[in-house]
Amino acid sequence: MRLTAEEQAMLAGEAGPVRQWAIEHQIRVGGYLGAADFVPVSQAHIMADTESLGGAGVGWLEQLAAHPADHRQVRIPTITDPRGTDFGAAARLKQQPWMLDLERRAIAAFQAMGVLMTDTCINYQTIMPAVRNEHMAYGDTGVAIYCNSVLGARSNFEGGPSALAAGLTGRTPRYGYHLDAQRRATVKLRVTHTPRDLADWGALGALIGRHAGDYWQVPAVIGIDRVPGSDELKHFGAAMASYGSVALFHLDGITPEAERLADVADPALPLRASIGEAELRALQRSFAGRVDKIDVVVFSAPQLSLLELRELAGLLDGRRVTVPVLAVTSPQVKPDADRMGLTARIEASGAMLLSGMCFYQSYAREMAEANGWQALATNSAKLANILGGYGYRPALLSMADCVAAACRGRIGR
Amino acid sequence: MKGLTATAAMGKRVRGRALVAKDGFSARYDLDRIKGVFSRPDHKLAGQSYVGRVLVLDAAKGGVATAWMLHEMGARGVVPAALVLNTVNPIMVQGAALADFTMMSGFSVDITAAVPNGAMVEVDAESDPPCLRILEEC
Repeated sequence: MRLTAEEQAMLAGEAGPVRQWAIEHQIRVGGYLGAADFVPVSQAHIMADTESLGGAGVGWLEQLAAHPADHRQVRIPTITDPRGTDFGAAARLKQQPWMLDLERRAIAAFQAMGVLMTDTCINYQTIMPAVRNEHMAYGDTGVAIYCNSVLGARSNFEGGPSALAAGLTGRTPRYGYHLDAQRRATVKLRVTHTPRDLADWGALGALIGRHAGDYWQVPAVIGIDRVPGSDELKHFGAAMASYGSVALFHLDGITPEAERLADVADPALPLRASIGEAELRALQRSFAGRVDKIDVVVFSAPQLSLLELRELAGLLDGRRVTVPVLAVTSPQVKPDADRMGLTARIEASGAMLLSGMCFYQSYAREMAEANGWQALATNSAKLANILGGYGYRPALLSMADCVAAACRGRIGR
Repeated sequence: MKGLTATAAMGKRVRGRALVAKDGFSARYDLDRIKGVFSRPDHKLAGQSYVGRVLVLDAAKGGVATAWMLHEMGARGVVPAALVLNTVNPIMVQGAALADFTMMSGFSVDITAAVPNGAMVEVDAESDPPCLRILEEC
């Protein structure tokens, strides 16, 4: 990789050992993935729940944080993805003290490095949306795909170590979705049924992700018959990234780089497949067919917006849930939900509104064992995809059907 | 001995028994990292131990957690010997870089079809070009 004088100085250790580690790490990654040089980034976003980090990862962070302040502090605004707990609810979730200790240690290390603990995966709705062509280092697949596709920003998937490295150096290797050539469509798909429900948007994203198949594929989607809202595209993108490792999609006539399909796709690009309502229902049946009685209902992944909480509160008004219901939002949305009475309406039903965590990033396996949870209903296609490996049997339902299941204890209204 | 060259690799040269499937890989989605087995019910390697094996799989899948998890798995010694993929994503590369883990990708053939399950293989990330050698078929 070509290095500037400043980058060479960091590599030589002139900016201290923490930044030296950071740029060495970035050069290894950039070298593997064919980066010619670095690109400055204006923000970094770190995924670092302690189930992923483990004791080894937390100890590694603490070693970085023990360096002098001028060596360890991030150089650009650096924020965080959800944590592994909501400290105020940990006992009710039967999370163990050792989990909370790890979380506290990780938080202290990040704060010592100047990281802002935003604890959110919907920063594009709540903190600061990216600008078209703005280069970023986003460390959550849902964030990266939304900001690349809906906002026209430029980011690869930056895992926790690499997002932290970007925060420390203020740059990232220039490969993948920082480059014009990588942003061209490689897969063309037709949609014959535009979803009307968030779970259906997730299911559609899941199917497109499966068709795309890997990180380097860019789906161009034709046939969407209206402009979707932010929450719809949030579920759509998060599921596509989850099922296909996809980081960028284009919607013909809707997303900013695809005002005309020809702007992003070669005219000769063949149509790979059409996706209609039958395919969406088949995907949902592939989950729900394994589940009847429900142990827990979860609304999470991504964290809920204020508008999703409003919808949930409306569905729960006057009802009483018979199984645990966990709704998860960001620390930025939660105070508004409190102030506007949404939290009280949701919790009056017996449901819990959690903040700053995400269900699958919060020791989901240990929570399942401690609480006896296996059969889980959710309206998140992403969550349904992840939790099978954690020992759950997920069902993918609409928010309304999830609420009905929560009240009856089984699927079906 | 059959050699298959790759376009990219990192880490040390390692040997181990290949565990092969035409399926994806994500540490978060696919593994019970405590027991050291594939736990995703519909994964083609469900129930099988990955500890000490050279995983030969199709494509990197899932989210960003693997960037931390390879390091965590290595610290506990419940970790594959190496990861060989047709197609990587940045997360796998970032995770391998943090953990100093051996990884290789980018072959002229479908690597999951070229390597027999159970074969003894050498993943030579230090050679130029990187090379996966089938030392002994099972």
